[in-house]
Amino acid sequence: MNRRFSWFNATSLTLGFAFLYLPIVILVIYSFNASKLVTVWGGFSTKWYGELFGDQAFLDAAWVTLKVALVSSTAATVLGTMAAYVLMRAGRFAGRTLFSGMIYAPLVMPEVILGLAMLLLFIAIGLDRGVLTIILAHTTFTMCFVSVVVSSRLVTFDKSLEEAALDLGCTPFDAFRSVTLPIIAPAVISGWLLAFTLSLDDLVISQFVAGPSSTTLPMKVFSSVRLGVNPQINALSTILISIVTIGVITASLVSKRQIAQQRADEQAAVRT
Amino acid sequence: MFNFRRLFLILTPYLWLGFFFLIPFVIVLKISLSDYAVSIPPYTPLLDLSAGWEGIKSFVGELDFENFTFLAGDPLYYTAYLSSLKIAAISTFFTLLVAYPIAYGMAQAPDEWRPTLMMLVILPFWTSFLIRVYSWIGILSNEGFLNQTLMWLGIIDTPLVILNTSTAVYIGIVYAYLPFMILPIYSALEKLDGSLIEAAEDLGCSKMSAFWLVTLPLSRPGIIAGCFLVFIPALGEFVIPSILGGTTTLMIGKTLYEEFFSNRDWPVASAVAVVLLLILIIPIILFQRNEQKQREAGQ
Amino acid sequence: MAQPANRPVFAPWNDPKEKPLIQFQNVSKRFGEFTAIDNITLDIFRREFFALLGPSGCGKTTLMRMLAGFETPTEGKILLDGVDLAPIPPNKRETNMMFQSYALFPHLSVWENIAFGLKRSDMPKDKIPARVEEMLRLTRLEKFAKRKPHQISGGQRQRVALARSLAKAPKLLLLDEPLGALDKKLRQDTQFELMDIQEKTGTTFVIVTHDQEEAMTVASRVAVMDHGKMIQVDTPDKIYEMPNSVYVADFIGDVNIVEGKAAAQAGDKLTINWAEGQPAINATSAGPLTAGSTVHFAIRPEKVAIARDKPEGRANVIAGKVHDIAYLGNISTYKVRVAGGLMIKAQVANERRLSRRDITWEDDVWLSFTDTAGVVLLK
Repeated sequence: MNRRFSWFNATSLTLGFAFLYLPIVILVIYSFNASKLVTVWGGFSTKWYGELFGDQAFLDAAWVTLKVALVSSTAATVLGTMAAYVLMRAGRFAGRTLFSGMIYAPLVMPEVILGLAMLLLFIAIGLDRGVLTIILAHTTFTMCFVSVVVSSRLVTFDKSLEEAALDLGCTPFDAFRSVTLPIIAPAVISGWLLAFTLSLDDLVISQFVAGPSSTTLPMKVFSSVRLGVNPQINALSTILISIVTIGVITASLVSKRQIAQQRADEQAAVRT
Repeated sequence: MFNFRRLFLILTPYLWLGFFFLIPFVIVLKISLSDYAVSIPPYTPLLDLSAGWEGIKSFVGELDFENFTFLAGDPLYYTAYLSSLKIAAISTFFTLLVAYPIAYGMAQAPDEWRPTLMMLVILPFWTSFLIRVYSWIGILSNEGFLNQTLMWLGIIDTPLVILNTSTAVYIGIVYAYLPFMILPIYSALEKLDGSLIEAAEDLGCSKMSAFWLVTLPLSRPGIIAGCFLVFIPALGEFVIPSILGGTTTLMIGKTLYEEFFSNRDWPVASAVAVVLLLILIIPIILFQRNEQKQREAGQ
Repeated sequence: MAQPANRPVFAPWNDPKEKPLIQFQNVSKRFGEFTAIDNITLDIFRREFFALLGPSGCGKTTLMRMLAGFETPTEGKILLDGVDLAPIPPNKRETNMMFQSYALFPHLSVWENIAFGLKRSDMPKDKIPARVEEMLRLTRLEKFAKRKPHQISGGQRQRVALARSLAKAPKLLLLDEPLGALDKKLRQDTQFELMDIQEKTGTTFVIVTHDQEEAMTVASRVAVMDHGKMIQVDTPDKIYEMPNSVYVADFIGDVNIVEGKAAAQAGDKLTINWAEGQPAINATSAGPLTAGSTVHFAIRPEKVAIARDKPEGRANVIAGKVHDIAYLGNISTYKVRVAGGLMIKAQVANERRLSRRDITWEDDVWLSFTDTAGVVLLK
């Protein structure tokens, strides 16, 4: 169906997206403000970016965050994919209900509770708080998100593909490696991206389980923001927002082209 | 097909979650039944396994619900719970009001526009939550963007105090959780068969009554899902009240955090967490039931 | 190996010396309360094209999946070449399966799909390309070797699935509704192609289908199943001409069923009283019957003649009135109302043009058939 925007829909979309994007746009604009006062325009300047890159504490925090995100999202992807496979394919086993409960609970649980619970565990087992504890905590809560993304792909996965692989001589592991995994790869990758982003963004859980020597970027941002607006944070936000925007736009362009290609192929197949 | 590979496959994520997710909750529960003490760790009793069965018995004997009666008796806590519920409910309502027209507009948009609009809704989701909340400080503060604009327009003479009030928290929640409300409503509206509206109009409905009698009821599952997706996390929200709410806004997530880090009262903090979980179970079960119903209807 | 020259009729099931390739021995399969397969004993022989036919849910797919190794029997044994299949996992079995959805690997090309099983067999690496080319030739897919499954048509996908499952030269090929996704015209062409390939490769085929025409066309023997039980296992002509039950007669093709009471019996001839004041039907029965027992007389519409004038010298003649005529081009089916309101269908080849047809609606007509045209069924 080819419709055009009615005035009502056009208005609500314009206002809605203005509400969603105006704060971000203002944030970005004021990152180039020469004035220290965030609300007064003092001319164009990139000095806050310079100051940001000169601030060792920020760079250290960024490095810790990146390290944590890379390791925890990768571990979460492996564990989450396994968990999704177990949920969708392993059939019945003792404690399956508890297992699926443990997968879904962290998705709806307040982060303060998750953070508190995991901190108390680390204290109970005598694990020193630091980068390792952040990685463990992040892996645990992001693997559940990965598992949800991957299992929603496995639901629509034609089970006879796996059976065909077994029928043609694959062991179950070989069938997973050479048939299932390549086909669900896009879901696994988006699961990894989700885990990576969640880990990068996480403040509350890190706040609980981090030690004094392991400050992540969101923790650093949070402590400076509590003191009020800070143009350096605007600069940092602008950088992060740019990265995300470029990533999301690229991904959507790639998927758009893939869909178009797929359609062209299917039409060509009908003609032959 | 019961073999070691299968066992390994099941046990790895199972044990991981059991150790890093389930056991922590048992610990929280246990500490919530303990008493505060000025020691390391700051609570008693401690489980002394070297004393054997006697140790376990005396340990269990010393656990009690004292912290929970304390929570019920101290207005600080129950007002925090009540104000969290109030803030979560009101902001969920406003999120719905803002989100519905956007979702409706998206569902009515020309086909070639939809992927772009969809991307515009999802984009903020990938952007740091903290940054999105932070961006409102510059807008809502006394000399902020909003007040400057309103004063320039001559609508007000003196700046409105919004930052560090509950209003700022409402705005923050609506803003931060808007995509969670738009997406389920959009997916319900998108599935709606356009000929239903035409049929309603053919049978004598005006455009307005066709919306009330057909579109709105059929998008109800999306509305319910969206409301839970906003209400549940908003209830335990910590970042938004900390950044925008100032000291006057009471929310239970913040109370828990302060109880733990400022007062170092672990037993009470754990009890606060247990009660919050108990409160959350009801909406979570309702949400699950709604999803289940949707899945069954879809088949 | 059976040579067509020595044995003009392929019928190993009649040869007591022939060893069956597959033996089902009292096999049952239950899913919880539900019995999918109910105590089946069955032999399938080498080079057979064996069809499992029945409505959906009759257990035919379960039977096939037990052969492939995706289900295990709850009771009983399945032997392949005398070896119990139970402990052998699917990937170690010398059977291959062609899936209903084809299950082509979407991330692999046609060539790689066909080579998939070979790479996991003990075939030397350098022999694989030749085998793949051979399969591509057999299924006329040479031009499409480099394409992905979504880049070829439905009929081509079907052939890729066949080539892939045949590539490992299995002892037994299982085909699960192999032609279900194709349109009618393509399906008929493919049926002959399948038979051709089966003959060329000499593989034993077991096909699952709910399409009786398909089963009749391709199979050397057909097993009609219902509710997990084998109702009749026989060659297509026997299934059609001599069904052993009302169920089989009704499931295969079009049939008239007349219920009546068996009367006088002389040798294999008997009479059936079916309606008050009507002459009894003269029929032939394979076995002795108790007089007075209820029987069903089944007769195919094409074996019933229809005429305006009472025919002379026919074993059975019944008067009736034309109720409806279905014109199908090559044939016409007349629905004739006879005594007691019973409808009997008579089918006539349209040898003359429609305008010359001498029988029309509401005409009084005579139906006739010989005493060997129908069968007498007890159940």
